Amino acid sequence: MKTEELQEQPQPEPGPLPELRSPRQITWTRRRLALSRFWSRYRRSPMGVAGLVILLIFGATAILSIFADQSTLSKVAVTEADIAPCTFRELPCPPNANNILGTDADGRSVFWLVVHGARMSLLVGLVASVITMVIGSLVGIVAGFVGRFSDTVLMRMADFLLVIPWLALAIVLASIFGQNIWVVIGIIGFTSWPGAARLIRAQTLSVKEHLYVERSKALGAGSWYVISRHILPNVMPIILANAILVVAIAILSESALSFLGLGDPLRVTWGTIIEEAFSRGATSIGAWWWLLTPSFCIVTVVLGFTMVGYALDEIINPRIRER
Amino acid sequence: MGTQRYVLGKIFQAFLTLFFILTFNFFLFRVIPGDPVALLTKTSGVELSGEQQQQLRDDLGLLDPLPTQYVGYIADTFRGDLGVSTFVEPGEQVSTVFFRDLPKTLVLVGTSTIASVALGLVLGAYGGWRRGRALDLSAMSGSLILYSMPEFVLGILFLLLFTKYLHLFPSGGYKSVTGNATGLAYIADVLNHLFLPWITLTLAYVGEYYLVMRSSLLDVMGEEYISLARAKGLRDKLVLRHHAARNALLPTVTLIALSFGFVLGGAITVELVFSYPGIGKLSFDALRKHDFPVLQGTFLVFSLAVLVANLIADVLYGYLDPRVRSSA
Amino acid sequence: MSVLSISDLAVTYAAKSGDVPAVRGVSFDIRKGEVLGLAGESGCGKSTIAGAILRLHSPSTKIDGTILLDGEDVLAMKPGRLRAVRWTGASIIFQGALHALNPVQRIGAQINEAITIHQMASDRGAQVRAGELLEQVGLPSRRIDDYPHELSGGQKQRVMIAMALACSPSLVIADEPTTALDVMVQAQVLRLLRSLERDLGLAMLFITHDLSVLVEVSDRLAIMYAGKIIEEGSAKTVFTSPVHPYTKALAAAFPSIGDVRFRRKPAGLGGDPPDPQKIPSGCPFHPRCPVAWDDCAHIVPELWAAGEDRRASCLLAEGAPATSGTGASTG
Repeated sequence: MKTEELQEQPQPEPGPLPELRSPRQITWTRRRLALSRFWSRYRRSPMGVAGLVILLIFGATAILSIFADQSTLSKVAVTEADIAPCTFRELPCPPNANNILGTDADGRSVFWLVVHGARMSLLVGLVASVITMVIGSLVGIVAGFVGRFSDTVLMRMADFLLVIPWLALAIVLASIFGQNIWVVIGIIGFTSWPGAARLIRAQTLSVKEHLYVERSKALGAGSWYVISRHILPNVMPIILANAILVVAIAILSESALSFLGLGDPLRVTWGTIIEEAFSRGATSIGAWWWLLTPSFCIVTVVLGFTMVGYALDEIINPRIRER
Repeated sequence: MGTQRYVLGKIFQAFLTLFFILTFNFFLFRVIPGDPVALLTKTSGVELSGEQQQQLRDDLGLLDPLPTQYVGYIADTFRGDLGVSTFVEPGEQVSTVFFRDLPKTLVLVGTSTIASVALGLVLGAYGGWRRGRALDLSAMSGSLILYSMPEFVLGILFLLLFTKYLHLFPSGGYKSVTGNATGLAYIADVLNHLFLPWITLTLAYVGEYYLVMRSSLLDVMGEEYISLARAKGLRDKLVLRHHAARNALLPTVTLIALSFGFVLGGAITVELVFSYPGIGKLSFDALRKHDFPVLQGTFLVFSLAVLVANLIADVLYGYLDPRVRSSA
Repeated sequence: MSVLSISDLAVTYAAKSGDVPAVRGVSFDIRKGEVLGLAGESGCGKSTIAGAILRLHSPSTKIDGTILLDGEDVLAMKPGRLRAVRWTGASIIFQGALHALNPVQRIGAQINEAITIHQMASDRGAQVRAGELLEQVGLPSRRIDDYPHELSGGQKQRVMIAMALACSPSLVIADEPTTALDVMVQAQVLRLLRSLERDLGLAMLFITHDLSVLVEVSDRLAIMYAGKIIEEGSAKTVFTSPVHPYTKALAAAFPSIGDVRFRRKPAGLGGDPPDPQKIPSGCPFHPRCPVAWDDCAHIVPELWAAGEDRRASCLLAEGAPATSGTGASTG
């Protein structure tokens, strides 16, 4: 017995399939068609395309930075040639032909700092988002699907975490567990899941209402079958759209934590660059290149993720255009 | 009366949550690895003999069984005794320090929240109502950019612009270090120092509130009672005010309340940027110096603030939406 | 003197995929005290007409033709005059059972609003009038302080009716007022509408897809298909001896228990109504028509006379031009 295609296809299939294929091939063909249909809709959103371009640029930067020269991060390896035309006493050096974005107070090129920082900042954002969505989805689906007692317990836990101001909690956790990139990722992941859980639970509940879930159960399908075949495919779009938005929040959170000095002292992220700049007086001496370059990167990347997330949201929840 | 039951119910829930927060706070700081007394001696540089250390432990109540400590903690908290600061203001009662610093943060966060909410809601309603027009497009782009900016980045931007380059505002603090202005001059001085952090916090969140209200309004605009209101002959503005905005406000209030925790987080970083001597900066100093009593106290204060904000939002929501008042 | 006079009304929506001609040339009159029932499947354009009469459509929608309300051209009205005429000249009863009532406003206030907006009474006077209106529709006047969620579907519909009468309009447009209600409640609401219409001498445009409902309530019937009226006449005539095959199918689709006419085979019409952007050539109904012949695909029918006080746009009508094709037997 072939699995039913559960997601609504708003438009009819474009033409008949050329030849008889196995059920698996048909399913995959359908999925590829659905994907291309999705892409043609996504392409029409200017916000979505702009966001995607931004992400591609920064993503490429982050990947390429793996192959870039790591010595540009070292404070001791700086030579006079690196910081020309400034001398060691004139650091931090404003932008010039040698260093297009200037240097920091130790003579390191801001450009390279920011390129390497991209890798860490994006990594933190992505991993934290994955943690958030995994926990949030598990909690949300279980709470929505099983209901009653587990729902109450899980949602109470989520509500409790929502009341606690996350930065205050983060400060406390950081002072307990130390300053390590994984602690930072963990803190962000573990404090952000309640929001996602709420959202996914709501979606699970509305999917559960649909008749085909009832029918499945009546046919004797086990819970696991119902969840994986019916609930998951219909909740997945919301999970993915939300995951994108959570990356944006995670990057913002990491920068705040780093700015307070709670970041990993051994890694360079955009947040730690700003923290070092600020605590070494960049504002009073007016070293705007040192402060504003990583700031610009944070803002642009978060903007990119937010725009992509919004564009996805528009496709998943299309709004009736009134007036 | 449905309303009374609703409000009382919410207050009761708030107390329950407060209790959980206190418990959480208590155990959180017991989890800290290392012996607080050893840490004290190490960082203060004072040498204490083993006997003296035990005496200190006894004084701090660390030798009592856990349940006793717990009850003592709860009782102390309700009496207003939050312990004694170790490093930030050595010897001072934590509550005294809070008395000094909390009002400054309240003024900053309170006024900026009111401003950003009011501005965000009004603009969001108009922007959504006239979707796609000049106001909406410019406000949307502005909001997206502001939303993507960390609060401290905005603060640093203003600091560079207005203080370093334009010399319009002081770089930080609460009032001028020199001079003893009184009365109006004092207020003017305080406002002068307050302005940059205030405008930073206001702008940092107005974008988010705009987007939320706008989105909520767009959802409401498709409802039939909006068509009905127009069919009755109401002017556009009245349809917006009496029907669309009143309903769009409901989910918006909930979302704003949920984001209050982030507002407090933002306040901490902004106070740091402008060296504004409020609770935020205090917690940062406590963090740097490992002053656990103060940290425990600030954690409590922040959680309490979010709790109160949520309570106010819940009560407000009950006032706005008659459906929740008619309880199950 | 007609309360409502519509001539050659055409309404075209602007959509991303192109123009959608929802209404393609509709004309009818409603006199004082008369109830015109407008029936058809979903998407035939009947609700579009309701919105057009009070110009409730978005500015991007094109409306051509003439709509005369109490002799005034609605489409030529300036915004101020239009707002004044709304509700006082004509009012609409939506499907109240769903979300046509503002959930955060008391129903008394919602009725008041209609009255005070048109400055027909002070706030105090409006409150009193709201209470009276509720009594008129069979609800106790003390319920003016209730919120919509405290009412049942049928009660909400009564509130909608009370609101529609608030400014004593000349015309009441009922847009699917009973569709979302249980059958028993439907009957109550219909009885109410009928009695109010009689007592107040209203002109009413009753829009629905349920023909059996219309027969009870209307004086005249107009059947719509693909944006045009395809049969119209006195209610009894149209329902009991329909000429147009579509009307026949529609009538047969809503059997009444105990009615001998329906004892025979169950009826139903295959296929779907045409996409407004892809209307078939000739008679738009011909692909689904059980008795269509070749000419039907080529000749665009008009409303020809088809008996006393009745017209139908079908080649089977008496007044239709003679055709060369073989006529199928008329039912």
